[in-house]
Amino acid sequence: MVNPVHPAPVHRCGVHGVPEIIINKVVMKELDIWYGKIHALKSLNMNIFKNEILGIIGPANSGKTSFLRQLNRLNDLELNYKAIGEVLLDDKDIQSINPEVLRRRVGMIFALPQVLPISIYDNIAYGPRMHGTKDRKRLDAIVEETLNASFLWDEVKDRLLESATKLSGGQQQRLCISRTLALDPEIILFDEPCSGLDPISTAKVEESMLKLKEKCTIVLVTNNTKQAARVSDRTAFFLMGELIEIDTTEKIFTAPSDKRTEGYILGKFG
Amino acid sequence: MKLRKIIEFIIEKLIFLCGVASILFVILIFAFLLKEGISFFKEVSFGKFIGGRYWYPISEPPQFGILPLILGSLLVTLGAIIVSVPLSIAAAFYISEVAPIKMKDILKAGIEMLAAIPSVVLGFIGMVTLVPWIKKAFHLPTGLTAFSGSIMLGLMAMPTIISISEDAINAVPKSYKEGALALGATRWQAMYRVVIHAAMPGIIAATMLGIGRVIGETMAVMMITGNAAVIPHTFLQPVRTLTATIAAEMGETVHGSMHYYSLFAIGIILFVITFIINFTADIFLHRNRK
Repeated sequence: MVNPVHPAPVHRCGVHGVPEIIINKVVMKELDIWYGKIHALKSLNMNIFKNEILGIIGPANSGKTSFLRQLNRLNDLELNYKAIGEVLLDDKDIQSINPEVLRRRVGMIFALPQVLPISIYDNIAYGPRMHGTKDRKRLDAIVEETLNASFLWDEVKDRLLESATKLSGGQQQRLCISRTLALDPEIILFDEPCSGLDPISTAKVEESMLKLKEKCTIVLVTNNTKQAARVSDRTAFFLMGELIEIDTTEKIFTAPSDKRTEGYILGKFG
Repeated sequence: MKLRKIIEFIIEKLIFLCGVASILFVILIFAFLLKEGISFFKEVSFGKFIGGRYWYPISEPPQFGILPLILGSLLVTLGAIIVSVPLSIAAAFYISEVAPIKMKDILKAGIEMLAAIPSVVLGFIGMVTLVPWIKKAFHLPTGLTAFSGSIMLGLMAMPTIISISEDAINAVPKSYKEGALALGATRWQAMYRVVIHAAMPGIIAATMLGIGRVIGETMAVMMITGNAAVIPHTFLQPVRTLTATIAAEMGETVHGSMHYYSLFAIGIILFVITFIINFTADIFLHRNRK
């Protein structure tokens, strides 16, 4: 799915697509995840840089989603879930952070847009209100600002009080992005955000990701390797719960050092 | 070959008959009720029947006002709702969202047991335990009150409300909850603002079905509400319900008398009330599915 609307990846800062000043936002040390007897992630060591878009690719059951859900501790909800190892966010173990606080700092966009059956405005105001922002003017400002960031403002500004479920799939997904942004997160996790979207909506979501990385760090799990190639600064390839390779996107897609990475990208398996 | 076709034909028709039997029975029952009840309304006006304040069916001249009975039924039902709905919804939430799996199984079995207790047994237990307690606790001349009935009926409505609400809560997509949690909601906030919201139609339907069960219940209320056909002013007063009136008086009336027909007229009123309740519940259940 080549996308002509999307601008060429000139937005990237730095020579190799990584930020010029590299700060570790997240560090994982010997991370293992089990769901019962299933070993979903095996002794993972990797870093996520501040203000980068990190693409995660890999076939089904490779541990991509487990990885993502570890970052905001949504894994905690699973039955028989067990994790060993450390995940450090700004040098602090996430297990020591209250999950509600953590999830405000680490936002998440799901594969299927999860708009609540309330108005567009209330969907965005939901998070801030929950955390105590009651001031109407402040909420108005948040709604406008976040809708602008997801390029949705012009499309919905006249019907903010209509039910969000009336929006199209692509609009709903961008609304979800706005809703996450309303909490001013430091990291945003995208879990296959475009798997149900048409090419134009996909382009708009990708466009907003590129804009967002100025402020946030983005982790993008995608089944679409071309999407990773289009937007991510670095790309990591997962297979059967193991991190096979992580490098700049350019390197991964032109000269991967592992044969399995090459095989996956060329579509030989997965 | 031909024989097989005939057998198929017979089986098909038999199944068809079984299928429509339930509707047929409802129609027949309603027709019978109407037939017996209508002749009553030739003698007593509908307004006088519904709005009359006195139920003296065998005095001379007889008075057929069922207002105290309707109010009695409504009062007991209202009390039962107040007792059972908050408790049941909270229980449903505990079972579907909070309880560990083992606890869940135990609780579900317990709820089924509660549903399986015959109402006469509940009424009997209420009569020997609850009624004396209420008499003592509130310093009443009698413990046979609307309040006692409400508590027992609340217990009887709980299994219905819990199991249907729980289904509704389980039917809420997991993603809704995760979406809310991912925005930093606490478990309680996710439940309170998102899950309840999404499960609401189902919970309302469950409540309606519970009410339907309560309003049609006879045995327990007859045993513990005191059966005084007066317009009630508080919960701590004996009342008589529509159902208890029919059950208590049907055996003593003369077949074909005005009194006899009046009981059928009460039956019609009861039928209409439960029909409306079930119908409303159905609307909510279907809306839930969409």
